[in-house]
Formats: sequence, C-alpha cells, structure tokens
Amino acid sequence: MAEPHAHAAEHADSDHKPHGWRRWVYATNHKDIGTMYLIFACTMFFIGGAMAMVIRLELFKPGMQFVDPQFFNSMTTMHALMMIFGAVMPAWTGLANWMIPLQVGAPDMALPRLNNFSFWILPFAFFLLLSSLFVPGGAPAGGWTMYPPLVLQNGASFPMLIFSIHLMGVSSILGAINVVVTIMNLRAPGMTLLRMPLFVWTWLITAYLLIAVMPVLAGAVTMLLTDHFFGTTFFTAAGGGDPVMFQHIFWFFGHPEVYILILPAFGIVSEIIPTFSRKPLFGYEAMVYATASIAFLSFIVWAHHMFTVGMPLAAELFFMLSTMLIAIPTGVKVFNWTTTMFRGSLTFEPPMLFALAFLFLFSIGGFSGLMLAIVPADYQYQDTYFVVAHFHYVLVPGAIFGIMAGVYYWLPKWVGHMYDMTLAKWHFWLSTIFVNVLFFPQHFLGLAGMPRRIPDYAVQFTDWNMVSSIGGFGFGLAQLLFPYLIWKCVKSGQRVTSNKIWEGAHGLEWELPSPAPYHSWHEPPSDAVIARGAFH
Amino acid sequence: MTPGVTEISREIYGLHMEIFWICVIIAVIVFGAMIYSIVTYRKSKGAVADVTLVHNTTVELIWTAVPVAILVFMAIPAAKTLVKIEDNTKTDLSIKVTGFQWGWQYDYLDSGVAYFSRLDRQSDTARHLLSGIDPNSVDHYLLNVDKPLVVPVDSKVRLLITGADVIHSWWVPAFGVKKDAIPGFVNEAWFKVDTDKPGVYRGQCAELCGRDHGFMPIVVDVRSKEDFQAWLKQKAEEQKQAAAPAEASSATPTAATASTQSNAGTT
Repeated sequence: MAEPHAHAAEHADSDHKPHGWRRWVYATNHKDIGTMYLIFACTMFFIGGAMAMVIRLELFKPGMQFVDPQFFNSMTTMHALMMIFGAVMPAWTGLANWMIPLQVGAPDMALPRLNNFSFWILPFAFFLLLSSLFVPGGAPAGGWTMYPPLVLQNGASFPMLIFSIHLMGVSSILGAINVVVTIMNLRAPGMTLLRMPLFVWTWLITAYLLIAVMPVLAGAVTMLLTDHFFGTTFFTAAGGGDPVMFQHIFWFFGHPEVYILILPAFGIVSEIIPTFSRKPLFGYEAMVYATASIAFLSFIVWAHHMFTVGMPLAAELFFMLSTMLIAIPTGVKVFNWTTTMFRGSLTFEPPMLFALAFLFLFSIGGFSGLMLAIVPADYQYQDTYFVVAHFHYVLVPGAIFGIMAGVYYWLPKWVGHMYDMTLAKWHFWLSTIFVNVLFFPQHFLGLAGMPRRIPDYAVQFTDWNMVSSIGGFGFGLAQLLFPYLIWKCVKSGQRVTSNKIWEGAHGLEWELPSPAPYHSWHEPPSDAVIARGAFH
Repeated sequence: MTPGVTEISREIYGLHMEIFWICVIIAVIVFGAMIYSIVTYRKSKGAVADVTLVHNTTVELIWTAVPVAILVFMAIPAAKTLVKIEDNTKTDLSIKVTGFQWGWQYDYLDSGVAYFSRLDRQSDTARHLLSGIDPNSVDHYLLNVDKPLVVPVDSKVRLLITGADVIHSWWVPAFGVKKDAIPGFVNEAWFKVDTDKPGVYRGQCAELCGRDHGFMPIVVDVRSKEDFQAWLKQKAEEQKQAAAPAEASSATPTAATASTQSNAGTT
C-alpha cells in the first residue's frame, strides 16, 4: 500500500502491524479490513459480471446458440446472488469500515475481532456458492428469490445455496452490529448525531435494516432446508403448507434489502454533490428524516413484488398506496440534491460525474418504480423485462455508480496518490453511455411483452435484445479500466500532499493526512475541527 | 404495450400512458432544473457558491405536498380499475387452467372438455441448442401451441388458475390478465373480449418454472359465439368417442397390468 516512511514520519506509533499474510488473515485494523472487503467485492463484481455476459451472449439473437436453458437459469440466479451479496453489500461494508471511523473521529471500528470474522466468513460463503457450479445438477437455477416449490427441485446445489446464504447473513449481521456500535459509542465528543456526515447516517439506518431483516431471510431459507430434508411442509401445499407464505417472508426481507443496497449510495452522493458544488448540502435534516422514512416504509411495501400472486383487493390497495408513498421522501432527496447544485460553484471531477449520473439515472429507475406501483399496470409489467430494466437502473447506475463515486472520492485519501483523471473520465463516459444502451431498451422489450428469465425469445424481440447485448459487452469491457486504474494509482499515481484533496471537501476524513495513517484519531478531534467539518 | 382487446386491457393501457406522461412531465421539470444548475453554476464560468442557501421551509413544504397531490391523482383511477378487475361475478364460462412443467391444461368445467396445450412441434424442434433452424423461418417462433385455448367473444370468461408442480403464471398481454398458477391455490381471473375482436392472441408463462420456462407459450383463439359453441360441441363429441372404446377395452388390460406389477413387487 502506501510507503512506510510516510507513516513513520507522521505517526511514529502507527507502524505497528504484522507483516506478510498475517497482516491480512489476522487483520483487526479497520483500514485493512475495509481494503479486503473492497477487493473481495471487486472480484465478485467481475465474476457476477462474467455471468451477465453469458446471459447477454445467449440473448444476442433468437435460438439457442451457446448454453442449455438450465445453465442459463443458473446464470441468472448466480448473477443476482453474486452481485447483491458478493459485490454490492461487501463493497458498502468495505467503505463503511474505511470511512466511518475516519468520519466520526474514532480510532477504529468498535469490535475489531468481530470485524475480522465477519469479513473472513465471506470467502468461504462464496467458495461454497461458486463450487455449486461443479456439482451434479449444476448451480442453483430457481432464481435468486428461491421460490418454492421450484427451488426444491435443485440437486446437490440446494444445501450449498442455503448454507452459503446463512454464512452471508451471519457476515452481514455481524458487520451491521459493528457499524451500529461504532456509530453509537465511538463518536468523538462533540460529534452529535445531527453533525454526522450523511454517509454515516445512511449507513446507521442501513445497519438497522440489516439487523432487522437478515434473520428473516435466514429463517425463510432454513424452512426451505427442513422442507427438503426433514419432511416439514412449511411451503408444500400437499402437506398443508403454503408456497405463497415463502414469498411474503422473502420479500419482507427483500424489500428492505433493496434499500440496504441503495441507502449508502444516497449518503455518498449527499457528500459528493456539496463538495463539488462548494456549498453545504441543502436540507441536511430533511435528508436524514427522508432516509429514516424510506427505511420505515420499506417494511410495509413488500407485497408489491407479488401483485400477481392473487391477494385480496384490500391488500392490493394497501400495498399500492404504501409503495406510492415512497416516492415522497425519495423525491425530497432528489430535490435537495438538485437545490444543492443550484447557485453553487460546480466542477466535474470523476466522483462528481458519477454522482450526477446517479442523480439522473437513479431518477429514471424511480419513475419506472412509480409506474410499477400501480397495481393494474403492474399486472402487465410484472415479471417482464420492464422490471429487469427498472431494478438494473436503480442498482447499476444507482448502487454501483454510488460505490464508484465513493471510491473515486476517497481513493486519494486511502493511498495518498491521485489517480489518472483522464482514464477515470473515460471510465465514466463509457460506463454511462453503455449502461443506457444496455438497460434502456429493456423497458421497450418488457412493454412489448418479453418475460424475464427466459433463455430464448420470439423473433420480434430480436433488435432491442441485440442493442442491449452490445451495451452489455461495452459496459463489461469498460469496467476493466476500473481495477487497472486503481492498480496504476496505487503503484505510480502522483503523490497528493494536502489533507483536503478536493477544494470543497468538508468532514473529519479531510482533516487527516493523505494517505490516512494506519492508526488515526488516537486523540479525538477537537470541537472546532468537528464543527469545521460539519458543513451544514 | 398495446391497448389490447378487452375493456380492462384498455383501461390498463390508459393508466400506463397516464402515469408515463406524468413521469415525463416531472422528469422534464426535475432534469431541467438539474441541467440548468449544471450549465449555469460552473466554477469555470466564474460562479461563486451561495453558501447561505441551505434550507427553505416553504419550498420544502411545496415539494412534499405537490407530489402527494399527484400521487392521489394517480391512485384514484388505478383503484377504480383494480376494483373492476377483482370483480369475478356474473361470468358466462368457467375454465380451469393448470400450469405444469412445461405447458398448460385447460378444463371447460361445464362441458367436460379438457386437453393439454404445449409448444408446437416446429418451434420445439428449432429451439434446441444449435438446431440449425433459423427461428425467423418458424411460424410464430416460441409463441405457438399445438392446441390453443378456444373462447367466445363478448363473454365473461372466468379462469380458475392453479399449478400442478411449481408456480407458473398465465399471461396474455392483449387481455390484461396475468395471474400466478400456484400449487394448492386456485386463483381467479377473467376477461371479456370485444365483440368485434375475434382472433388469435398470444402470451407466455411469466413466472420462472424451471428449465423450459421460456418454452411454454399461451395461445387463445377467440371465436364468435356460434363458432365457439360448434367447436365445443364437436370437441365434447370427439372426447366422448375417444373415451368410450378406451373404457370398454381398458378394464382387462389395467387389471392385467396391476397384477403384473403386484407380481413384480412380490418376486
């Protein structure tokens, strides 16, 4: 990582760390663990991305050219699991590990050994999941939503799926507990809750969501396990069970889960836009309350994922209205971000570019989300490519762009080197153009009647599928720039000298030297420093 | 999306277009404000940040209240249509639809006519890995079945939808009907095709149901009432004839098979 002599000069006591593999396997330092989370997430992002490439390759034209339909189903299932649990969630935990102690003035995460454990569970969880590709019957192919009875038809991969989900859940819960305890107990004196940066706020709320819903998922998959192996019939109609109950339980986890994936991105964007507008965030408190409202609403909208399942009229009306309500706090956020730029002094460095793309493209995902809330219309959209387009708009230019914006924002602080701006802008423009070529046509496909999760399609869907696949290949290739750019930055990026790398940046992380010393905030920052950082 | 051929599907289409245009208008305003800010307040153009603009209660109340009003405006027609869709009373004809891996079974409950409907042979041959058949040369590739569901125009057809093995979903876009076929549940749905719109309408299974989920289309042949009655009568006749000799001759072979099996079991 960074040159050791820099550490030695700045913090004589900070060089105390094991060397070689021990530094990583026995890691208890929040920065090391954060780095491992981020590298892990990036690796899973490329494996999940390769699976997406298989999907887009097979869908390039009608007819089956490359894979068996069962393997295709495995690819859609595994792509989702890898991206959600392997890429996005660990990336957020990695950013939380790196940034929360720096941002609240704490020396480390509150529970460093637990932190080590929650990270090191993950490689085993994903080794288990990925090795299911090589067992008889192939990898799980029943969709990441694991609906019974279909999921029970998986072969040897079924218990591997269940146990890997259990492990991921344990890791997430432990990580979330660590975040909550750190924020609640390790804030520097004077760092009141309403002085915290929004990334910390959104992560605090995310952590509560994780603690609330991951056990629900664990319960649901455990019931699947006992249905399969121990003769229970929780979800089997023949034994008096109810397959729809699984969907209710799953989406009671699943809807908060989508906010787990996106709320930290809201936080990052809420820090980047003020920085590059050189202006405090508009409506800081409204942003906090809007995030909390979204989190609350996420618990009472789950059945909008299953309107076609056959619910009573009253239930459908309730879930339609509660879902529509989410548009209000989300709208407040978008308006606040826009107003933050209004009468600002804007520059467009890579973090800002990604944050702006987030703002526009996440809003498009928000609009299609509003359309999906309308139950009668949802009957036509449900399980079509319109839904695929919707959730990819909120997750790729939403969550993934949020992560990339965060990395481009904080990378110089982590390594003490600036990255290649030109290359980063290439990465941005290629990603933004291709992500739209990839996902925008999928709205048309869905409205034209193409169901999701099909390996082959009627010939009238050919043209837009070809466009979408070309966008997919372009987006996939463009992402290769990202690890190269980071590697180049670490190896030979230009040394940054100032603490405050971006002119308009505020917050405690910018009060520390660059790179941030291995041990930081031994002495809590003074009230004046905290007040200077709380720029609102 | 198309307006379809039923009153409900037209209402759904109307709702869809209404929300779509509301979203477009909001997008123009919001994206307009974003683009205006991005273009106008550039540091490179000498813009100086107004750091006092951090809060404005009036504006914040407005942009909370206006969306509430828009949502109410959208929710009322949606709720009305939903109430209509859920009205399963006064139907003219009931058909039980059973999804299975991978096809559909249709039972005309009043007349006893029942048959399976699967992907037609031509598509089924062409769809295999490297079959060498150009899908463009196949008639309605993947959207054609051997025996379509036949229904009359201008009749409220009630579907009782269930699943035999895993969950499927019966979807015909032109009717605005999509309902899951769930083992152990009987879901209800209905449609009533306009008098002047007989014809063939196509759809697909819309819930992942295993390996051949992409290969279980739905085809509905909508005929005039007279044609439908004639078809139903002929079908019932055919089924009776097919069943009669089978029943007559089946008694002994079945018994024989059963005894063979029991013998096999004991040995």
